[in-house]
Amino acid sequence: MAKEVLRMENIEKEFPGVKALKNAFLNLYEGEVLGLIGENGAGKSTLMNILGGIYRPDAGKIYIDGAEVSFKNVFDSQRQGIAFIHQELALVSHMTVGENIFLGRQLKKYGFISQFMMNEEAKKYLSMVGLDISPKTIVGDLSVGQQQMVEIAKALSINAKIIVMDEPTSSLSEKEVQILFDTVRKLKSQGVSIIYISHKMEEIFELTDRIIVMRDGNYVGTKITRETNREELIPMMVGRELKNYYVRTYNKIGEPVLKVKDISVEGKVYNCGFEVKKGEILGFYGLIGAGRSELMEAIIGLLPQKSGEVYINGQQYKNLTPLKSKRLGIVLVPEDRKLKGLILKNTISFNITITVLEKIINKLRVNKNVQKRIVDDSIKSLSIKTPSERQRVMNLSGGNQQKVVLAKWLATNPGILILDEPTRGIDVGAKAEIYKIINELAAQGIAVIMVSSELPELINMCDRIIVVREGRIAGEVMKEEFDQGNILRLAMGGV
Amino acid sequence: MKTKTNKLENSIFGSVKEFFRVNVGIIIAFGILFVVMSLIAENFFTVSNFINVLRTVSTNAFLAIGVMLSLMLGGIDLTGGALIALSGCISVALIQRFEASIPVAIVVSLFVGIIVGFLNGFIISYTGIHPFIVTLAMQSVCRGAAFLIAGGKPITIMNDQYTEIGNGFLGPLPLPVVYVMFFVFLTYILLNKTKTGRNIYAVGGNATAAKYSGINIKAIQIIVWTISGFLAACGGIVLSARMSSGQPSVGLGFETDAIAAAVVGGTSMYGGVGSVGGMVIGVLIIGIISNGLNLLRVNSYWQYVAKGLIILMAVYIDMQRNKKNRA
Repeated sequence: MAKEVLRMENIEKEFPGVKALKNAFLNLYEGEVLGLIGENGAGKSTLMNILGGIYRPDAGKIYIDGAEVSFKNVFDSQRQGIAFIHQELALVSHMTVGENIFLGRQLKKYGFISQFMMNEEAKKYLSMVGLDISPKTIVGDLSVGQQQMVEIAKALSINAKIIVMDEPTSSLSEKEVQILFDTVRKLKSQGVSIIYISHKMEEIFELTDRIIVMRDGNYVGTKITRETNREELIPMMVGRELKNYYVRTYNKIGEPVLKVKDISVEGKVYNCGFEVKKGEILGFYGLIGAGRSELMEAIIGLLPQKSGEVYINGQQYKNLTPLKSKRLGIVLVPEDRKLKGLILKNTISFNITITVLEKIINKLRVNKNVQKRIVDDSIKSLSIKTPSERQRVMNLSGGNQQKVVLAKWLATNPGILILDEPTRGIDVGAKAEIYKIINELAAQGIAVIMVSSELPELINMCDRIIVVREGRIAGEVMKEEFDQGNILRLAMGGV
Repeated sequence: MKTKTNKLENSIFGSVKEFFRVNVGIIIAFGILFVVMSLIAENFFTVSNFINVLRTVSTNAFLAIGVMLSLMLGGIDLTGGALIALSGCISVALIQRFEASIPVAIVVSLFVGIIVGFLNGFIISYTGIHPFIVTLAMQSVCRGAAFLIAGGKPITIMNDQYTEIGNGFLGPLPLPVVYVMFFVFLTYILLNKTKTGRNIYAVGGNATAAKYSGINIKAIQIIVWTISGFLAACGGIVLSARMSSGQPSVGLGFETDAIAAAVVGGTSMYGGVGSVGGMVIGVLIIGIISNGLNLLRVNSYWQYVAKGLIILMAVYIDMQRNKKNRA
């Protein structure tokens, strides 16, 4: 086996009230891609922050190239050749690529910063990550994927031997993901070691050589990627057998309840039409930026329609607004729960009832009993884990937050439920619960539209999948014909 | 057992308990301030002084309600002081120069306040210009209009019925205090017992999420700034009646007191958080500090310094609270 470049042993870390790391272990070989997986709260981020010198461990040892080290701060870690690519990009958007790469350690000539030297040097690193742009480009003008490449170039410029990538693809398009993967493979061939953290199992399997699983602050085990599979890893992550990860009982599909024709949104969506039936789960697949969310938002009136007809239960409605749509029983559970779904500093109760205020506030009287009933029912039926309905939403885990967003819309008793990325960024346990809920809703006769970038969940949950590409409907695939490769080809275009 | 708690929470007692729970910090601060002033300032602890303080702070309370509501939306309203001047000048000018009846003068003046507030809200919601800029510009417009209407100097009014509006009493209470209590009550109802109130909290907490929830954000913004304009006009009429004149230069810097009262009262500069009860205590705290310093014969310019420092401190505390909540 190759040389071991990093070893972290028996790492412990306690925060007030929580022991985030109890007995963590991680080792990394030269030129390998290591997948680090575990549910939210398993301690991955804490362990990486210790590696980055942000936290100091309470106990445990860290070895770099076999020699014990201790990181007092971020610079100690950088000096050992460790670099981080974070979920949220850490670039200054109004500065140039070159300036960003050398931020904080500008190259100087005669005591003055030399743009020329920096740009020349930057070119070298940009070509290493296969980014064909001028170092004089303003970072804000780049796509998110390109910005990520700049981050990697920056990591290379400090001669990083170990690069930690934390959910790097969460905001990348499919094409950009492929470029990122190619870059990772190239770095690997140059002897750089990479720790790759992701919730997306497909990525882990595609990219990594070896996988370390963490759970509850502990090291659970190591697997060689090509010798393991999802069924083996998921129980390691959740500590129990997750039987029926995807739950879908197929029920009788009824009449069409929503029919849209010829919907267009300026610059985003072109002449899209489809229908969805009672009790059906209709999937919408497409690359990020394909216009799926915009199509849904235009239907319920969040975005202006350039053209289009919407029929609900056979009747045509014009100029819908989110409020009118809600009254007609068609609701959208938006993607990005923190931005679009929740009022984080308010309570669970406030958030769930904001869509149904007419049921609880009447003639200057707040009916707290009805309010409590609605909220208690939601907490129970979606099993939201919280000590009280007065808990602020910001204190909940991602999965529970997602359930609150769902609850808020289910409280309106919708007949048509549009879910936009209902499982993004939540851990596998919570995902399984959401799938179960979605299945129950369809069984109750709700027409469910599920927009997702995760093909496996669509394939396992849906009756039918519509593929959107560049604002147009590229195809429709029935359950019997579901095939990952075909659907992906439809979404990517070309052959 | 369960129904018992529910009943309790439904009752006034429940709301009072909630009020103390939320505002415990400033209630203690108010208590300490009150005791200290009683001990060191002669004539502080007298009925006539209390009535005097209440009457004085009533003008600030009119503005503070509007400022609090606008802060709760994550905005601000700086129009108040100038609108006080404008509305006072309009009603006095109408009576004194055009021999309008008092009700007509008041209605016209309130209408102008509503229009100014509506314009603020309309511009903010439809153009997306920051409320700070919109209301600052409107402040200048109103101040200018007040001077134009008044012809550059105060208009004195000789009409006992009119001046009674600001100087009269209801029992032991000065009328301005009665008006303020009435509007404070209405604001309490608005924020706690209406859908609009919940929607104000929702829009202030996260406007995007509110939009996705089917809340008409523009309507909420227009409502809030319109209320603020209306209340400032009320304050202006009352103040002009108290001073027996419409003064175009009155109300300079009143926004500072109103902002101070709102933030001391726990209104968050980040939006989405605020309570009427807290704001009332905030108004009283600012009022007692001014009053106490006056009684102690401290140079009145120090009051400005004190208020500035109080605003900084209150906002800093709010920030710390926000940080803690985020972690």
